[in-house]
This record gives sequence, C-alpha cells and structure tokens, in this order.
Amino acid sequence: MRAKAEATVSEATEGSGGGLAVLVHNEGDDVGVAITDLMPGEVVAGWLDSGRRQTIVVSEVIPLGHKVSLVDLAEGADVNEYTVRIAVTRAPIARGHHVHTHNVRSARWQQSA
Amino acid sequence: MAAERLTGYRRADGRVGIRNHVVVLPVDDLSNAAAEGIARLVPGVLALPHAYGRLQFGADLELTFATLIGTGTNPNVAAVIVVGIEPAWTARIADAIEASGKPVARLSIERHGDFATIAEGARQAARMLQDASAIERVEVRREEVMVSIKCGESDTTSGLGSCPTTSVLVDRHVDGGGTVLFGETSELTGGEHIIAERCVDEHVRKRFTDFYDSYIAMIERTGANLLGSQPTEGNIRGGLSTIEEKAMGNIAKTGTVPVVDALEPAERPTRAGLNFMDTSCAAAEAITLMAAAGAVIHIFPTGQGNVIGNPIEPVIKLTANPVTAATMSEHIDLDVSAILTGEMTLAAAGDLLEELVERTICGRLTAAEVLGHREYVLTKLYQSA
Repeated sequence: MRAKAEATVSEATEGSGGGLAVLVHNEGDDVGVAITDLMPGEVVAGWLDSGRRQTIVVSEVIPLGHKVSLVDLAEGADVNEYTVRIAVTRAPIARGHHVHTHNVRSARWQQSA
Repeated sequence: MAAERLTGYRRADGRVGIRNHVVVLPVDDLSNAAAEGIARLVPGVLALPHAYGRLQFGADLELTFATLIGTGTNPNVAAVIVVGIEPAWTARIADAIEASGKPVARLSIERHGDFATIAEGARQAARMLQDASAIERVEVRREEVMVSIKCGESDTTSGLGSCPTTSVLVDRHVDGGGTVLFGETSELTGGEHIIAERCVDEHVRKRFTDFYDSYIAMIERTGANLLGSQPTEGNIRGGLSTIEEKAMGNIAKTGTVPVVDALEPAERPTRAGLNFMDTSCAAAEAITLMAAAGAVIHIFPTGQGNVIGNPIEPVIKLTANPVTAATMSEHIDLDVSAILTGEMTLAAAGDLLEELVERTICGRLTAAEVLGHREYVLTKLYQSA
C-alpha cells in the first residue's frame, strides 16, 4: 500500500509545475482540493489514486485548500472524498462550485448544522 | 536511511530517552509557585506548573496521578523533584516515580511554607542538575525510541501532504520493531470503521470501539453544535468542512500497519507497533498524555499552523501548506509543501522526516523547543468534588 501511495502521488503530480491546480484523492470522489487560489475558468485536476488528469471548469473563487465540486450534487446528497462520505449537502451544488460549511454539513454530528 | 549511530539516554528501567531534563513536578495547583520558585533559583531545571490536583476523585484523580507519574518516569527525564501541598499525595507520586529507578526528591509545603520549600528544593535541584549533566549519551537502537503522532490546526493540505509523510515514517518505525502512539478519539468520526478494521484481533477491536463509543456519547450528551470546535475555526478556514473530512486526514497519518492495542489515557504500551490511545484532540492534552505513556519524540503535522510544544517530549512540526511554511517558518521543522505541486515525492518527504527524527533523537532541538513552547495540560474528566 505504501509503494502504491508513493507511486500515485508522483504519478498524478508528475511534471505538474505548469498548471495542476486541483488534487482529487480518489476516483469517484465528488470533490477536489484547490492547491492554489483558484479564479473562475479552466484548470487541471489530478487524481492521486489513478494518476488521471482532466481539465475542469471552476465557476467561482476558491481559496487554497478549499474544495471544488466535480459533479452536480442535489440537496441532501452524500459528498464523497477519500472514497468515503465526508458530508451531506444543505443545498444543490453545481459542478465547479465551492463546497464548504455554507452548503454542506456533517452527516454524523447532526447538531453541527 | 538509518543513521550510522543514534544516541540517547538509557534509564535505570532500561527505557530510552532523547533528552535529559531535571523536572520540578507540582502535585497540585497550589504548589506551582514553589515549583517555579525552585526553577528560578536553579534555571536549568524545568518546572511543570498545571491547573489541577485538588479534590479530584475517582477516575479523574487516577488519570491525574497516572499523568504526573508518567511524566516523571518518562525516559526524557533524568531526575524529579515532586512538590505538593501535603505529604500523602506527594508521596504517592514520588514513590511511583522512584520505583522506575531515577533520583526523586519530595517536598511538602504545609508546616514549612514556600520559602523553606523553595530553599530545600533548590539545593536538591542543583545537585540533581549537576548529576544529570554527567550522564553520557550512549548508542541506542531506533526501535527503542517511542514515537507519538498527533496533528493540529489541520487543513486539506494535511490529508494531502503532511499526514501521508508522517504515515511513511510510522510504517518504517513499526516495520523496524518500534512503537508509535496515536489518539484523537473524536477525530476518527467518519473513519472509525477503518481503524476498527485495522485492529489486530477482536479483543483490541472491542476495546477501541468501546473507547470511541463512550467518547462520542459524552459529546452527544451535551447536545452542542461542535462546528467551530471540532472542526476548529482554523480547520474551517483551511478548507475542512466536517468532522468526517478532518478524520480522514487524521487517519492518513497512521500508516498502513495494524493497530496492536487500544490504551487508556496515559497508559504505557506493552506491545510494539501502532497503539491507539483514548485522548482528546486538543494538542496539549493529547501530547501530555502520550508523553506520560512514555513517548519521547512527537511528530506533529499541521495545516494552518498550530504552534504546540511539550516540556519533556520534543515536538517536530511539518506542514504541506505553502502559506503556513512561508508565514510561520520559525515554527515549522519540515516544509513538505512541494508534495502538492509534484516537486517532491512522498518517499522523498518521508526520507527528510526520517532524517530529521534521527537528528532530533541525537540532540538537535526542534523549533518548539527553541521557542520555549512547553504546553503541559492535564486532561480533566469531570468536575472536582
């Protein structure tokens, strides 16, 4: 597992000096993480598990470390990252939008709404 | 990557330390002033003031005793002066530390006052400090050095960079026969099943799930909204949205090795390998408990820049957040932000961390040590009587 993790990080980010802007932990995740401050427009996302790269369209300003939706999410939908559910949506979230506490909440701690 | 020669301090009980502190340990809050008075007269000794120790009872009292005794017996400590308001509880702490074979002095303040206590304590402290300074470093094996891990002010870069780097070190240390402690019970929420699956057997799995369920039940009984506390406002600013997301980053630092045991707070591990300990996620509380269990070097991945240190256990901080590395450089021992941009592989980051750990074992001071970060915080389970 270790060797795999090491290989995949370098694979996904290989030669990325010129433009990788979003990292996604796993194939099938609904969100990726901005590794630089993002402005609206096209950016390159890289998947850490598969090494795949794809251009995505970002619709709003997303700060370094914050998440961007890779898919359209309905209200009340599960949000998956690291292949597990890390949140549920409070409202519909369109692909390319900022995903954070304003539009998702914990699925586990119901008081944290 | 193993260094040719690692050195440390082999104590009377056989355990290995990497620092050589003479500690003045108050049994209770009332004795802080005398303990600090001794350390003012003999500046090379380390007073560990704390807020509790009076009228505690039951499990809460036992945890305070276990933490104080564990602090005194930690192999980074050469000798201890125990100061309490009255002799009975003072003796309880002093006797238990003395059983580890290290020099212990005991002082109680009632019927003496602070002046006489400080004068006597300073005489003892001066002698102990001179004796400790004559203890020589000896060659030690890396697996004898107990490691603890806990992250803080995490953000999404923790899960992408600093925690996976720590993971590399955890796997290597355990593969080499070493022991690693991790904790942060509530911060496994959303990924607790992953830790449960990694437990070596049903017995350990049940101990782990009992600790987890009990901690979460305590949180839920309050009925409180934890957003802003867990995740913290710093976590949220850094992009973490929920406890589950934070938990997955937390788990990303625990390596891939099995969980060999689940420990009470401050309990000393008996099995080599990765041990879970039931702790708070507050950095000072968790590291104080891990040091009390015998950990002598701590690896602390941070995102937004937690500045924690511990008086007796050196804390190494690493971050993958380029803003934190640039704006808080005096706190950061290792910058692995190049992982995010692909300019550094995880294996290379692991090598750098391993090298830093080895230099720290051999005596190089961490950023937190240099800056005087000595957060020593007892975990309180409930109100005193």
